[in-house]
Amino acid sequence: MATILAAGTKAPDFTLPVTPDQTLSLTEFRGRRVVLAFYPADWSPVCGDQMALYNQVLPEFRKLGAEPLGISVDGAWCHRAFAETRNLHFPLLADFEPKGAVAKSYGAYRAGDGVAERALFVIDEKGVIFWSYCSPIAVNPGADGILDALERMPTKGG
Amino acid sequence: MATLRVPVTSLDHIEGSEDALVTLVEYGDFQCPHCAAAHPVVKRLQRHFGAKLRFVFRHFPLTEVHPLAAPAAEAAEFAAAHKRFWEMHDGIFDNQDRLGLPLLFTLAGSLALSAPALEQALAKGQYKAKVEQDFMGGVRSGVNGTPGFFINGRRYDGDYDYADMEDAIEATARNAATAR
Repeated sequence: MATILAAGTKAPDFTLPVTPDQTLSLTEFRGRRVVLAFYPADWSPVCGDQMALYNQVLPEFRKLGAEPLGISVDGAWCHRAFAETRNLHFPLLADFEPKGAVAKSYGAYRAGDGVAERALFVIDEKGVIFWSYCSPIAVNPGADGILDALERMPTKGG
Repeated sequence: MATLRVPVTSLDHIEGSEDALVTLVEYGDFQCPHCAAAHPVVKRLQRHFGAKLRFVFRHFPLTEVHPLAAPAAEAAEFAAAHKRFWEMHDGIFDNQDRLGLPLLFTLAGSLALSAPALEQALAKGQYKAKVEQDFMGGVRSGVNGTPGFFINGRRYDGDYDYADMEDAIEATARNAATAR
C-alpha cells in the first residue's frame, strides 16, 4: 500500500476535468472544506458502493461545510455515464492525463495496477490536510471516518 | 475496524433472545438485489444457530439508486407498528422482483393491515424519521454498502455467502461462550 500524505501537509493543488468540457481546481474551494475521495474505478459492482454512499450522505457532509470530490483515473466521459446511472450530485474528477498524476502527488497511486488507492483526504478551509486514511483496496471505507474528522475540525474563527 | 455505535435496544426489530451468544445486525435496503440474495442466507443461519443467534434488521435505503427502498422501509415500519414487521420484511424480500407500491399494499392486505392507512402513512412520511435515523446510525457505524452486517458489534467485511458467515458467527460464538 502506498504511503499517503499525512495530516498537516498542504494539499497539492490540481486542475482536472470534471466534465468533458469543464475543469475544477482545488484552489476554487479555498474557504470551504473538501473531502477528496480517491477510488480505483467507476462501476464498482457492489450495491451502495463508495460513491453511491457519499451521494446519500451528501446533506450531512454539506451540513458540516464540506464538499465531496470523487477522483479516479477514469476519463470524463466514463465519469459522466457513471454519475448519470448512479444519480450522483457531486463532482467526479478525471485524473486521466497524465494518468494518475494527482493520485501520485497525494501518495495514493498503485503503480502495478494503474489505479488510485481507496484514499480519503479531508482538507480544511486553508487547503491543509486535516485527516487522511488509506483503506485496503477491497474495503469500502464508508463515511464514518470522514464525518468524525469533520466534527473534530475547529469551526471557522474558533 | 468499524464498530456498531448504536446499541441494540427494544426499539429495534429483533428475532431471537437477548441471551443469545451472538447478535447479527443487518443494515439492509429492500430494493437492493444483494440484500434479497442475503435474505435466505440469514434465514439459514438462524435455523442453524437456533437460540445461539439473535438477528436485528435496520434500514439502510440508498434512495438515490433505489427509489423504492424508502417506501418499502416505511411500509415495514408501518407493519411494525402493528407487530407485523417480520412478515412484511420477508414478504418484500421474497417478492423483490415486483417491488412497488401495489406490492406493498397487497402485502399489507395479506397481513390484515389497512392498505389505505398504509397509503396515508407513506403520504405523510409518518415513519420517514425512524428510517433516516437507522440510516445515519449505520453511516456513523461504518456501514459501507448493503447488506451491511455486524457480528457482536464488529463490522463483517466478508462475503455474504452462507459458509463464510457461518464460520464468522461460529468463531464469535466460541469466543463469547468462553468469555461467559
